[in-house]
Amino acid sequence: MIRFEHVTITYPDASEPTLRDVDLTIAEGELCVVVGRTGAGKSTFLGAINGLVPHFTGGHLAGRVVVDGRDTRTHPPRELADVVGMVGQDPLAGFVTDTVEEELAYAMEQLAVRGPVMRKRVEETLDLLGIAELRHRALATLSGGQQQRVAIGSVLTPHPRVLVLDEPTSALDPTAAEDVLAAVSRLVHDLGITVVMAEHRLERVVHHADQVVLLEGDGSAVRSAPGLVLADSELAPPVVRLGRLAGWDPLPLSVRDARREAGPLRVQLASCHPLPEVPSVGAPLLVATNLVVRYGDLLALRDVDLEVPAGQVLAVMGRNGSGKSSLLWALHPAGRRQGGSVTVEGQEPAEVSPVPVGLVPQTPSDLLYLATVAEECGQADRETGQPAGTCRALLNRLVPDLPPDQHPRDLSEGQRLALVLAVQLTGAPPLVLLDEPTRGLDHLAKERLTVVLGELAAAGRAVIVATHDVEFVARTAHRVLVLADGEVVADGPTAEVVVSSPAFAPQVAKVLHPDRWLTVDEIAAALDGAGASR
Amino acid sequence: MRLPRPLHPGAWWVWALGLATAASRTTNPVLLLLVGAAVAYVVAARRAEAPWARGFKVYVCLGLVVIAVRVAFRMLLDGQYGEHTLFTLPELPLPEAAAGIRIGGPVSLEGVLAAAYDGLRLAILLLCVGAANVLANPKRLLKAMPAALHEVGVAVTIALSVAPQLVESGQRVRAARRLRGQAGRRFRAFREIALPVMTDALDRSLLLAAAMDSRGYGRTAAVPRRTRLLTGALLLGGLMSICIGTYGLLDSTAPRSLGVPMLLGGVAFGWAGVVLSGRRVVRSRYRPDPWGTPEWAVAGVGLLVAAVMITVSTVDPADLYPSLQPLRWPTLPILPAVAISLGTLPAWLAPPVRLPVNPARTPVRPPVEQPA
Repeated sequence: MIRFEHVTITYPDASEPTLRDVDLTIAEGELCVVVGRTGAGKSTFLGAINGLVPHFTGGHLAGRVVVDGRDTRTHPPRELADVVGMVGQDPLAGFVTDTVEEELAYAMEQLAVRGPVMRKRVEETLDLLGIAELRHRALATLSGGQQQRVAIGSVLTPHPRVLVLDEPTSALDPTAAEDVLAAVSRLVHDLGITVVMAEHRLERVVHHADQVVLLEGDGSAVRSAPGLVLADSELAPPVVRLGRLAGWDPLPLSVRDARREAGPLRVQLASCHPLPEVPSVGAPLLVATNLVVRYGDLLALRDVDLEVPAGQVLAVMGRNGSGKSSLLWALHPAGRRQGGSVTVEGQEPAEVSPVPVGLVPQTPSDLLYLATVAEECGQADRETGQPAGTCRALLNRLVPDLPPDQHPRDLSEGQRLALVLAVQLTGAPPLVLLDEPTRGLDHLAKERLTVVLGELAAAGRAVIVATHDVEFVARTAHRVLVLADGEVVADGPTAEVVVSSPAFAPQVAKVLHPDRWLTVDEIAAALDGAGASR
Repeated sequence: MRLPRPLHPGAWWVWALGLATAASRTTNPVLLLLVGAAVAYVVAARRAEAPWARGFKVYVCLGLVVIAVRVAFRMLLDGQYGEHTLFTLPELPLPEAAAGIRIGGPVSLEGVLAAAYDGLRLAILLLCVGAANVLANPKRLLKAMPAALHEVGVAVTIALSVAPQLVESGQRVRAARRLRGQAGRRFRAFREIALPVMTDALDRSLLLAAAMDSRGYGRTAAVPRRTRLLTGALLLGGLMSICIGTYGLLDSTAPRSLGVPMLLGGVAFGWAGVVLSGRRVVRSRYRPDPWGTPEWAVAGVGLLVAAVMITVSTVDPADLYPSLQPLRWPTLPILPAVAISLGTLPAWLAPPVRLPVNPARTPVRPPVEQPA
């Protein structure tokens, strides 16, 4: 269905090609997951399938890409619209009309599909994706998962043979992500559509995949069965790494497969206990009482109380729109809150200078407006009254050797996050807040972030992270707070809260349920300890 | 039973512009208020539950402001016009050179009335346009444009959706800026907000362009070279004729033949060009608004009202412009009043926006038998 014939893609001004001599075929009806680090060329690979690369982005393509018999060199994206449906990372940015029904019809209108046919296909697509009750809704009022499903529906109506999805679940909470992936998997099974999908969080998709295309980072690409690629890859999701640790063969890709193999491991682990990870709890660094946040007639936070001791990493979880961001902003003096009080180290934060709270917002780039990394760092030093070079020193600890004359917009997601974190840490705030920091980060950047947050906590700070990423929470957080509808519904040590929850349990916890194991590293350490003591 | 459906936006616009034309032909306050009442009645009867349908009050307020401003300026600048002096404002002495201009002084009833009539006429025109905006979804009107103007319509639709997005990202960036402390001064603050907002807007527009391209926007049919040339010639010729015609019409020294004939010819040429160039665009419309009997009726009512008023104003304009010198009560001319009252007919001619609720007919649940 999709054939890459010795494809080499070089962007203008780039010294190295992004893809080098890629030669592979994706067969009809396959669900193919594209994996690789940030910057390895995932988006380029996806864009090449419908001709956005190089027709829209510029650059030079050697070799050829053939989709359903059409060569992308002679067919620009609009001429491939009836064959390839393309959904970008941010569905809202790609919407052209206002309402769900019109959005579904848009692509068909462009292809001059006849009226009665359009009517029928819109109805079919509404049912297929389970969005029939949303048909008259305005697109901007939908939740993230609904928007993503509408975006998929809007490219499905012209009946394409290929569906290309760029990180379809990166902004979604675990349940909404499941909904979207279930819908995609249904398309593959029922309609035989070929799906090519890029995704950082392999644990969410790999058990749906027939094939994996691994982009190595040097421009080359390998296509093979998921088990083979992941057997020795560092990208492997926790369930595969658990299988590796326990020596299971074949390696399990889904929680279900792993559970069937897990019997002996359970017995082995029965004598060990998860390490008591909760640090000794000191006096609360942050005390917040009766927080209320409202937007118009919408109550985003309802009387929330929160105490966080120094040295703790607290994860705030909950579905999209449950009040996670509102909580973080309410703790910062620059944010809004309609009621309640906040004290950090016994003082009202607004009365202390520099502000004892650092907040990294959901879109970190909002904070950056200068032309180079060095200027941003200098500005941060001046703003907080710190000696020059403080911010740069912090940045060097987060990401060594970031070129000082680089433009902040040209940084990768992880580098940009590090820069903003360094800017916010310059005033040495005892309380650090991060809103959805893992969005767009690859696994290495995430591991790095786990280490950084651990170090911050060890240095006596309190860290609060709002996130959807359950695996990241399992590795990083000491304590988890679950919000729903602006209220706290669960609060406790990570293992307690997360293991019992169907949505927020990490893969290892699901495999070994009801035992309280969260990460592969924990199990490895426990097994080592058990072996040594024997 | 008539099923609810939205009326074609074009029909609402024809009706509203018809009533506006009628209003522009008179300063009789009774007739003008009648037009206003007709418009308001139809709006109340056939307004949909949608965001764009909530703005009628704004137009009413705007109209009142127009009248107030008009009267205030008249009092201040040129109050003395008739003999019935109402009161005298303190007069501002002006130098000799400004003879003929007066600020302040006596204010006459005639002057105030003339200003009020004029202001009322303007306010009612505003109200008619407002009614069209409230009754017809502006975006659906764009969708109903000829194929050749499709690209323009899309551009306008997107521009309309960009404004709220800019506001949203502006708010986000301002909040983020507060995170870094209020270090910046005014000018710097502008730069700190404008730069991220602009880059954000650029990023979004690139994403949108990529999404539209991948969904088939801009597919064109192959058109033979001769047709393309003909289209270009027609459009260019039409445009030039319209320019010359307008000049001929406005400049009284220009020869007569330059005016109306050139203008009409230009419009005809231009229209042919637009239709021909529409052939290049291959697309279909999802659930287009039909143009059926109710549309003909509503548009016809608007045209009828306009035609009656134009005829009356050329044949017997006396009652349409009530006399101020000598001062007389405005009268109610029968024919225009009847014509304007017909303007309320769309309240019944247009299909309803929702099914009528009939509480008497609500099915009653059968009583549940209690287990013994």
